[in-house]
Amino acid sequence: MANLKDHMGRPVVAVTGIGVVTSLGVGKTDNWAALTSGKSGIHPITRFPVDHLNTRISGMVDFLPSSSKGASHLTYELAETAAQEAVSEAGLDSGDFGGPLFLASPPVELDWADRFSLYNSDKKDGGSERLLRVARALRELDIFETTQFGSIADRLADRFGTRGLPITLSTACASGATAIQLGVEAIRRGECDKALSIGADGSATAEALIRFSLLSALSTHNDIPEKASKPFSKDRDGFVLAEGSGALVLESLEAALARGATILGIMSGCGEKADDFHRTRSKPDASPAIAAVRAALADAGMSEDEIEYVNAHGTSTPENDKMEHLSLSTVFGERIGSMPVSSNKSMIGHTLSAAGAVEAAFSLMTMRESVIPPTINYDNPDPAIVLDVVPNKKRNAEVRTVLSNSFGFGGQNTCLVMAREPV
Amino acid sequence: MNSHDVVITGIGLVSSLGEGPDAHWQKLTQPGFQPVLDAERFAPYTIHPLPEIDWNLQIAKRGDQRQMETWQRLGTYAAGLALDDAGIKGNDELSTTMDMVVAAGGGERDEAVDAAILAASESRNDRDVLLNEKLTTELRPTLFLAQLSNLLAGNISIVHKVTGSSRTFMGEEGAGVSAVETAAARIRSGQSTHVLVGGAFQTEHSDMLLGYELAGYLHRGPWKPVWQRQGGEGGGVVTGSGGAFLVLEQREHAKSRGRRIYAELGPIVSGRARRRLSELDAEIVALLKQAELPAGELLTISGASGAHAATAAEKAALDANPALAVRGFSTLTGHMKEAQFPFAVALAAMAIDRKAGYPVFDATAEKPFDGAPKTVLATAIGYHQFEGMGLIKAA
Repeated sequence: MANLKDHMGRPVVAVTGIGVVTSLGVGKTDNWAALTSGKSGIHPITRFPVDHLNTRISGMVDFLPSSSKGASHLTYELAETAAQEAVSEAGLDSGDFGGPLFLASPPVELDWADRFSLYNSDKKDGGSERLLRVARALRELDIFETTQFGSIADRLADRFGTRGLPITLSTACASGATAIQLGVEAIRRGECDKALSIGADGSATAEALIRFSLLSALSTHNDIPEKASKPFSKDRDGFVLAEGSGALVLESLEAALARGATILGIMSGCGEKADDFHRTRSKPDASPAIAAVRAALADAGMSEDEIEYVNAHGTSTPENDKMEHLSLSTVFGERIGSMPVSSNKSMIGHTLSAAGAVEAAFSLMTMRESVIPPTINYDNPDPAIVLDVVPNKKRNAEVRTVLSNSFGFGGQNTCLVMAREPV
Repeated sequence: MNSHDVVITGIGLVSSLGEGPDAHWQKLTQPGFQPVLDAERFAPYTIHPLPEIDWNLQIAKRGDQRQMETWQRLGTYAAGLALDDAGIKGNDELSTTMDMVVAAGGGERDEAVDAAILAASESRNDRDVLLNEKLTTELRPTLFLAQLSNLLAGNISIVHKVTGSSRTFMGEEGAGVSAVETAAARIRSGQSTHVLVGGAFQTEHSDMLLGYELAGYLHRGPWKPVWQRQGGEGGGVVTGSGGAFLVLEQREHAKSRGRRIYAELGPIVSGRARRRLSELDAEIVALLKQAELPAGELLTISGASGAHAATAAEKAALDANPALAVRGFSTLTGHMKEAQFPFAVALAAMAIDRKAGYPVFDATAEKPFDGAPKTVLATAIGYHQFEGMGLIKAA
């Protein structure tokens, strides 16, 4: 009989449903097949013209009905698709979920397509006066809702019958992990016995790409797109902007067992620590990332020796991978050289607000399938980063525990510790 | 009384009325006080503008100030006021163990760049190419971060060294409600000992007005108090720039470091009415019931926005209880979106701390309240979606 309470007397939180969408496809089956065969979803951008752009590749999700309808619609569809898969797998009523919703999604803005169409719908005056005047004559709410930060979650709450005021959050590239953490914490506090945590990001617009480009954050290896994302390689030159979604149904182990649900994994611990060093750079000594990893281990009641695999943040930027290596080697010591550490982003790119949730989904599958997805494009190792990155080919291995890292712009770091079985 | 009770030990406020609890108290308790308005800059819309602020007082480095647009600066400033007020600013041990939940929207786009692109779009059919051409050459590289939602919290970490944890909630007034609710739940469960929570809104930017006006929510024509805009021209919302941050603390933690306690945070309740299905009236009534209002006269700090449907629903529900003496503070500050609920909680806590209510902000719609409030209700019914309220009590 598994313990229903953890080392701190809190309810143990199980995962009973997983859903995922990335540039590799819709659903766990397709994603897992591609991920474990080392296939890349990175491809040339076709959604908008690439004239004048230094980066012309991405991991956009181009195959959904909303893929060309703007960030808000695509983010909703990504979230809905992943959540539907997760809730179905959990065997719960997908119209009456009955627990709270935590959504990690990108900040919203009026899409340029709408801005252009509003502006050019008349010729009087100009600039923002014209936009405001045209706006107040609109007789439907479609465009308005794309500009409200709570609207995607509101629609999801309607669609899935979640309970209460849904929380939409952003901790930049750590958002997906934070959504999971909020769900775990709500269950541990006894506020609910299940929660739906989603990370979704369909915001790879031209402007988003240009903004990251201007910060020199993106890879410009355009010629062979599938080779551009190369975490931990010497010639890594930035991340690849991508879209996707991950959803988890979280449940107290007690409630899940009581209804006979299949336990897909355990969310053992969550840890976070903010960085006060710089808006885009991490503290050189990696102390916030180290503290986040240690906080997750402490929350899980595990020692560093108990972690068997690290699902790295591994963005393929010069800065992140160096800092992540420093943090891991500080926490795990000598052992880090022989411990598998791989980056899903080598294949799917950086799904930003979704990344923590997508990678938690893949971490759970790694344990269930006993297969570690590789870090692809590892042809030219960075000699300063000595890690077993599971280079280029998947590895069969029993994995009972995973640490998944998420480190965000703005210094928001969140780490998750997951386990295959309850203890 | 419980050692894990949530108490308020710091308040940071900025609005058109000034900055800090004292300035706000003085103005808000002046009978017949007239709001600070600007009806010219964004005509036909009236706004409540920011007061003059010396940013250096809370953001010492010019370099930091340059990395933020006004909204982030405003939030970072208000957060600094709250930290100062709670005696946490500059205390490394307290700052690095402090959790943070910020309610944020988005920041300010470059209006000149946008206007130039829109003007050029009139004579170009290849608008997507135009966009690439202009954005790659004219966007200031650091603007992205200066307007990014989670970077208000990021800047608070950088400037004030609050680094225990950092979360940003999005979703208009509801984000402010959830931020306070989540922070309180963390403290009650023993997960946090002290949390910085709040938000800011800077309305003096056309996109911030556009965010309301795409659904016709803004009031036009002559300014009126928040309760008197039904049937007026436009949608009823008059916006204001401002920010509100609170330091919430475990009672035991506050006592052990000998801090002054403004008030205790009682139950915070929230909900999501499906307004298309006309659930709002019933939802507000249900929340009032859940909040477990005490018997007797109750000062009520309402965050009503003026938006016609939501404000009418809130007013009807509050009027139905003759014990409630309602103060719609948006009459004097304007609607501050994500900051609305933290602002309401702050005004409620100040009334308890100073053992006095506020005079009516609108004599035609509000009734007097005499005596020292022991409990105050604070509400934030979203102009478009999401609802919340909470009770603030004498500590």
